Amino acid sequence: METFLQQLINGVSQGSAYALIALGYTMVYGVLRLINFAHSDVYMFGAFMGFYLANNEWIKTNLGTSPFTAVLVLLGAMALSAGVGILIERFAYRPGRGKSRFALAFWLGIAGAAAGQLVNASLASTLIGAAAGLSIGIALEKVGLRPAKENSRLALLIIAIGVSLFLENGGQQVFGADPKFFPQIIETKLLDVGPLRIDSQKLIVLGVAVVLMVLLNIIVNYTKTGKAMRAVSFNLDAAKLMGINTDRIIAFTFALGSALAGAGGILVSLLYPKIDPLMGIMPGLKAFVAAVLGGIGNITGAMLGGLILGMAEVMAVGYGESTYRDAIAFIILVLILLLKPTGIMGKGMIEKV
Amino acid sequence: MRKWAFWLAAIALLLVLQATLRGLIGAYYYQIVILVGINIILAVSLNLINGVTGQFSIGHAGFYAIGGYTSAALVYYGGASIRSALQFLPSLFQDTILLVVGLFAAAVLAGLAGLAVGIPSLRLRGDYLAIVTLGFGEIIRVFILNIDAIGGSRGFSGIPQLSNLFWVYLLVLATIITVRNLIRSSYGRAFISIRDDEIAAEAMGVDTTRYKVLSFVISSMFAGIAGGLFGHFTMYLHPNSFLFTTSFYLIIMIVVGGLGSIEGAVVGAILVTVTLEVFRGFGAFRLVNFAIVLILIMIYRPQGLVGKRYGYS
Amino acid sequence: MVLHRKTRTKNHNGKSTRPSGILPLGGFMTRKPWLILLCVVGVFALTSCTGAKSDSTSEIVIGEFGSLTGTTATFGISTKNGIDMAVDDLNKAGGLLGKKVRVIVEDDQGKPEEAQTVVTKLITKDQVMAVLGEVASSRTMAAAPVAQQNGIPLISPSSTNPKVTEIGDYIFRVCFIDPFQGLVMAKFAANTLKVKKVAILRDIKNDYSVGLAEVFADNFKKMGGNIVANESYSEGDTDFSAQLTSIKSKNPEAVFMPGYYTEVGLVVRQARKLGLNIPFMGGDGWDSPSLMEIGGEALNGSYYSNHFSVSDPSPKIQKFVADYKARYSVTPDALAGLGYDAASVLFDAIKRANSTDGAKVRDAIASTKDFDGITGKITIDKDRNAVKPAVVLQVKDGKLQYVETITP
Repeated sequence: METFLQQLINGVSQGSAYALIALGYTMVYGVLRLINFAHSDVYMFGAFMGFYLANNEWIKTNLGTSPFTAVLVLLGAMALSAGVGILIERFAYRPGRGKSRFALAFWLGIAGAAAGQLVNASLASTLIGAAAGLSIGIALEKVGLRPAKENSRLALLIIAIGVSLFLENGGQQVFGADPKFFPQIIETKLLDVGPLRIDSQKLIVLGVAVVLMVLLNIIVNYTKTGKAMRAVSFNLDAAKLMGINTDRIIAFTFALGSALAGAGGILVSLLYPKIDPLMGIMPGLKAFVAAVLGGIGNITGAMLGGLILGMAEVMAVGYGESTYRDAIAFIILVLILLLKPTGIMGKGMIEKV
Repeated sequence: MRKWAFWLAAIALLLVLQATLRGLIGAYYYQIVILVGINIILAVSLNLINGVTGQFSIGHAGFYAIGGYTSAALVYYGGASIRSALQFLPSLFQDTILLVVGLFAAAVLAGLAGLAVGIPSLRLRGDYLAIVTLGFGEIIRVFILNIDAIGGSRGFSGIPQLSNLFWVYLLVLATIITVRNLIRSSYGRAFISIRDDEIAAEAMGVDTTRYKVLSFVISSMFAGIAGGLFGHFTMYLHPNSFLFTTSFYLIIMIVVGGLGSIEGAVVGAILVTVTLEVFRGFGAFRLVNFAIVLILIMIYRPQGLVGKRYGYS
Repeated sequence: MVLHRKTRTKNHNGKSTRPSGILPLGGFMTRKPWLILLCVVGVFALTSCTGAKSDSTSEIVIGEFGSLTGTTATFGISTKNGIDMAVDDLNKAGGLLGKKVRVIVEDDQGKPEEAQTVVTKLITKDQVMAVLGEVASSRTMAAAPVAQQNGIPLISPSSTNPKVTEIGDYIFRVCFIDPFQGLVMAKFAANTLKVKKVAILRDIKNDYSVGLAEVFADNFKKMGGNIVANESYSEGDTDFSAQLTSIKSKNPEAVFMPGYYTEVGLVVRQARKLGLNIPFMGGDGWDSPSLMEIGGEALNGSYYSNHFSVSDPSPKIQKFVADYKARYSVTPDALAGLGYDAASVLFDAIKRANSTDGAKVRDAIASTKDFDGITGKITIDKDRNAVKPAVVLQVKDGKLQYVETITP
């Protein structure tokens, strides 16, 4: 019995990790009908930003380790993640919807920086390369190269895959491929509750996840921007006609989703303090399953889906064959999609002819 | 009469190439040419289900894997007994028959897998179907990882090298021509109608169930054949070659080339395979640059380089 | 009334009504995509043709492949560092047979088929005379057949799966094999730690881990021990609470975890949090500068078998450690040491063979005896594996300490 309860706690904490990431997936899908494969890499980015912030000398000496520092690191990483999300939306997804300026310049600038880095591993060379790329990009756009106006969802998906590949491999170059240890900015206390041993860290993580979910719910259901987000997810064109600046709302959705992913990255790294540039792939995939399980587009569903998935995984591993752990997520996925494709909390979609 | 002439000429040409190409361009380029051929088979078959029938499938690596492991297992474990039964034939014919049997088994098993995936797909549309196929691909891979008889996490080594340029490109031709003929037939029209408007097709009396499943099965059969060719060329199989990233690369091939047309799939397969090799020169930034190129192509030419779709005039 | 099948082939604006196919190719040929395709293939051909055709009269070219990116990137990078150092040391001392040595490195991204492709490239395009690589047995096994087919000697610095060298007589390794390593830890557990009940936690996705666990289990049982639990995880997992809780319930005296350092740190942390305070044991996969970083204090009281110990007072090892630290700013791990040794053994063999001919070098490598390497005295046996002792290291007070050497 004691083992069972222990496994239950393990499941809940694993599940809350998945839930945090799933929230971002579900929001972006709701608004853009896009499976944002790059989301898991923003999660990784958040973790690394937290790593660099927490290890920052200035912060360490001036603020020390306190709950205040922890919150600061969390908010900082969330803000940086939101920034990355906005950049991705602006320079990768929005051009995919047919409108953007300087997208070419942006990417060529990065490619140029990479080339500069290869030629000579100095800051000067990198900057020269970046400048060269930027200028070529701007020049090409002046000459008339514009993004295609076609609104192909498959193309958007491929762009998402491309951004994901970019972040993963770029991360390996910039952050280094070796795993790093995430500083324990929140101390862990082992609480003995009856026969169980509960890690206070897990409770804190679960708590923060719940708080974030509540905040998200408030934003989406009780603010004007939230209303606009819901309108856009319902019908993009109608929202435009009602005077909503859809581009700005979409950017906001991305920022929000990415901030959550970044927060997820930090919280998960506290529990499992190993971070590396490829850390997002599996959790991302599983969180996506969780989002679908709960009903994609539904926020409470994402949280629920995450918890259920975490629990199922832990139970299967603990009592069954641990070798099939990864397969569990997908088996659940397949079952849900066969039995109730719209997920637990999703509403049936009536397809109009 | 013309068909015979065509095939005779093709076989003759391939035999000549097989004998000479490797010596001419070196083993490294020879290997790339073979990989390109295998990827063409994969891309053209994936295009059948994604581009022509409009079913969003991103689990192709699973069928690829099943085909590869099936053929390898059959030849590895059953090879000796088959050979002894054919002792009267020269070794070259023995190899040929062994390969054909292996590929046939690969196609059958992969086709069955396609059936297993296709049937649940009937109820799902768009993104949900994509996820299910992705899931199936991963489930297949994890199961292979756990079967010790075919190597599991150690990988399956000792597969005899039975495939070569001749076989790969003969099957490339066969795949392209089969798919092309399929598209030009009434089956093809059914597939296209399902892609363009499934509800209308259903309303017009097209048995969408049957055609969707058929599309999956045929497509996965070819993927299985590609897998068999792959295993018999590299002589070693490991589940890491069949991750979902492989499925993603295949999707990238057909979209970059142009979703919906065979030319698109061929162009995409060649382009992506060759680009990845060319970018080796970039060292560590190889995949970063590949990703950037991919993003730019999708932004500026989302219909793909060939950009032609069947069924549109 | 006959139902007339549509036979019109063109519709009212002259466009064809047939679904467009491969033929006719007329207008298609002039379209952009073919141009782009031609350009890419052309660039490919050009860049490849201008690739440095190694001038074999002035330098000796060897190839190296490893996972420089991907999840096991540190393995490839460590090995590369070791090999680079060996090459530089050699060139500074005058080179080999009067020529300088150059290494061409290729990244296999951690994928077996990439390993095969890059080794093919190294051998056939870059015309290397020998190949060094790789750490992961699965990738070495994918690439070795190519070397064997082409008569190019291949030395693996750290692949421990016994099947690797079975591929052919041109395939060698300078490390011990898993059957030996499993025996080492079984001996250590039974004789030094004197434990009778051990739980195993292995990485199911990793052939190295699975193989080593099997050998350990076999040997430990033969010595009278008992394997009370056999759990597994996947490379990349971060949560092991389920397995650890299950292990805890079986009351073992120690846990044998033959995985890579990437997961070890996390596992041990979580184990301590769950109240599992028994010693953990492992193999050479634990060895990395990052191990202590991730595992921290939780690792205290753990042991693992390794190829050498950086705290070994031997002057040769200390010099290596000092040079490596000066050059790369980190302490070398066993992989770097093995990389260095693999290159050194190759150079020694070339010297003894007095030629770069594949067959001659192969024979010279096969007859390597008591070569004084960083990781111990290396003798290549008839199975082309290295016979050398293993050391057992202990993590004590946050540092690695040498405990004992176990000889074959």
